[in-house]
Amino acid sequence: MNFSLQLVALGTILRRELNRILRIWGQTLVPPAITMTLYFVIFGNLVGSRIGQMHGFAYIDYIVPGLIMMSVIQNSYGNIVSSFFGSKFGRYVEEMLVSPMPSWVILTGYVLGALARGLMVGAIVLAISFCFTHIQFHHVWVTLSTFVLSAAVFALAGFINAVYAKKFDDIAIVPTFILTPLTYLGGVFYSVELLPPFWRSVSEANPILYMVNAFRYGLLGISDVSLVTAYAVMIGAIVVLGAISLRLLEKGVGLRS
Amino acid sequence: MTVAALEVADLQKTYANGVKALRGVSLAVQPGDFFALLGPNGAGKSTLIGIVSSLVNPSAGAVRIFGHDLARERGTALSLMGLVPQELNFNQFEKPFDIVVNQAGFYGIPRAVARERAEKYLKELQIWDKAQVPSRTLSGGMKRRLMIARAMVHEPRLLILDEPTAGVDIEIRRSMWKFISAINRAGTTVILTTHYLEEAEQLCRNVAIIDKGTIIENTTTKRLIAQLDVETFVLDLAAPMVAAPSVDGVRITRVDDQQIEVEMSRGHDLNSVFATLTQSGIVVTSMRNKANRLEELFVRLVDGAQAPKAGAA
Ligand SMILES: Nc1ncnc2c1ncn2[C@@H]1O[C@H](COP(=O)(O)OP(=O)(O)OP(=O)(O)O)[C@@H](O)[C@H]1O
Ligand SMILES: [Mg+2]
Repeated sequence: MNFSLQLVALGTILRRELNRILRIWGQTLVPPAITMTLYFVIFGNLVGSRIGQMHGFAYIDYIVPGLIMMSVIQNSYGNIVSSFFGSKFGRYVEEMLVSPMPSWVILTGYVLGALARGLMVGAIVLAISFCFTHIQFHHVWVTLSTFVLSAAVFALAGFINAVYAKKFDDIAIVPTFILTPLTYLGGVFYSVELLPPFWRSVSEANPILYMVNAFRYGLLGISDVSLVTAYAVMIGAIVVLGAISLRLLEKGVGLRS
Repeated sequence: MTVAALEVADLQKTYANGVKALRGVSLAVQPGDFFALLGPNGAGKSTLIGIVSSLVNPSAGAVRIFGHDLARERGTALSLMGLVPQELNFNQFEKPFDIVVNQAGFYGIPRAVARERAEKYLKELQIWDKAQVPSRTLSGGMKRRLMIARAMVHEPRLLILDEPTAGVDIEIRRSMWKFISAINRAGTTVILTTHYLEEAEQLCRNVAIIDKGTIIENTTTKRLIAQLDVETFVLDLAAPMVAAPSVDGVRITRVDDQQIEVEMSRGHDLNSVFATLTQSGIVVTSMRNKANRLEELFVRLVDGAQAPKAGAA
């Protein structure tokens, strides 16, 4: 299969993923909009108005970048995990496995689908946030690149989850017991500088901290961590998780008996 | 020398649960052939096809498709092959048209061409009127035909069908046979598995029989059918029989107290059998032809394969 044929195949997967997101929009696009509106109303307006400023910003402005990042992460992860696991469960993953598509095309197609979902949800949440705050893009390129890189990290993580999953429970466990706690502890709602030194260093092991802070830097121009570290963490995670995903696909783990 | 459309060499498969599904299978199917893989349930047919189509990892052995090694030249090998699996494996929420067009995309076929081909094959398989409804609303027979259209959309040189006509009514079965025969006449090598000897007899030039993960026969359909020149009758007896009498050129075996099976070459006279039975005081109350020819064939071949070990007892 030469490169131009591979691009056709890649486009086919991406198109199928986009169709899926739009076909079941009630499951893919509406829930994050509702959740985020609630966050804005409760934490931003009701609670936030009593908290005062954080690093010179109104509390609601401070948490908006984290909330956007949170929905991007959850949705890119959720998209790939349910779409790829669904294709295993319904056996139609076999349509791809019997074709001459190389593993990287399959992986890239699904990751791009997850990025698209992240982008759509991110745009929706951003639009909602305009109703509550006045966000401005301090550093557009930092904002965009952080967005793409973190969505890719969690798309790959979701892919690995789907590869190992044998039943629907298996794709609910990781988001509930790992992703959500990491997000809440990743500095979405507070600055880690508020934490005692011990908990601050524990937080530094949490990759989401770097994503939230890099994104916050993009929007507000402030961050708890250095940008270089943040990019290194995100790119490093993509390389490691991407290599693992490709290897699993090549070996057919969870796909070929 | 022509290179085989499919060549498998000493394929072995032991599943994770310890089941030995294939115990060293070697086969060659020539280009243009129409080849049947026959075998009882659990013989290893789907496992063999799964390995050839890269859905199952072999434990040992090699697969070559038109000379391309599946392990080393996976992409090229797979692009030459189309698969119609035994179990439904398309997204039930997608429409047949999209399923077929997307499959073409996975082979790198541009969308415009893919749409034309999808229309062509869905029409040829007579499900074009269902092209735009969710595929879960198709009948069982339509779903099978959808999988054939999907397997043909990249116009493979080797088409493998795993029990394509299981659960399909006679009329549709015949129209599927016509379609597959036409494909074969146009130059595509076809391999199909089936439980129906009739299907192999009608369609296929060559046959392999697989049982318990081993090929026990690999010959032309003609020669295989010729072996069926033996007929078996089942006789019900009025009273329990003490010992089976013997008749020259006829094999009489006791099924239970009041039933025997009489096996003889076609055309052998029945009178001598009845004469002997009468002499032995055995009364026959009814008689019928043992129906399933394929089953009969299996029994004979499997018995034959085991006879040397079992001895003459
Ligand atoms: N995924 C699997 N895991 C474990 N054992 C399996 C698996 N698939 C098949 N087997 C076993 O391997 C053996 C061969 O099965 P296979 O499906 O290849 O038979 P088959 O000839 O296609 O049968 P049928 O005519 O019923 O379709 C059987 O004993 C079956 O139980
Ligand atoms: Mg089978």
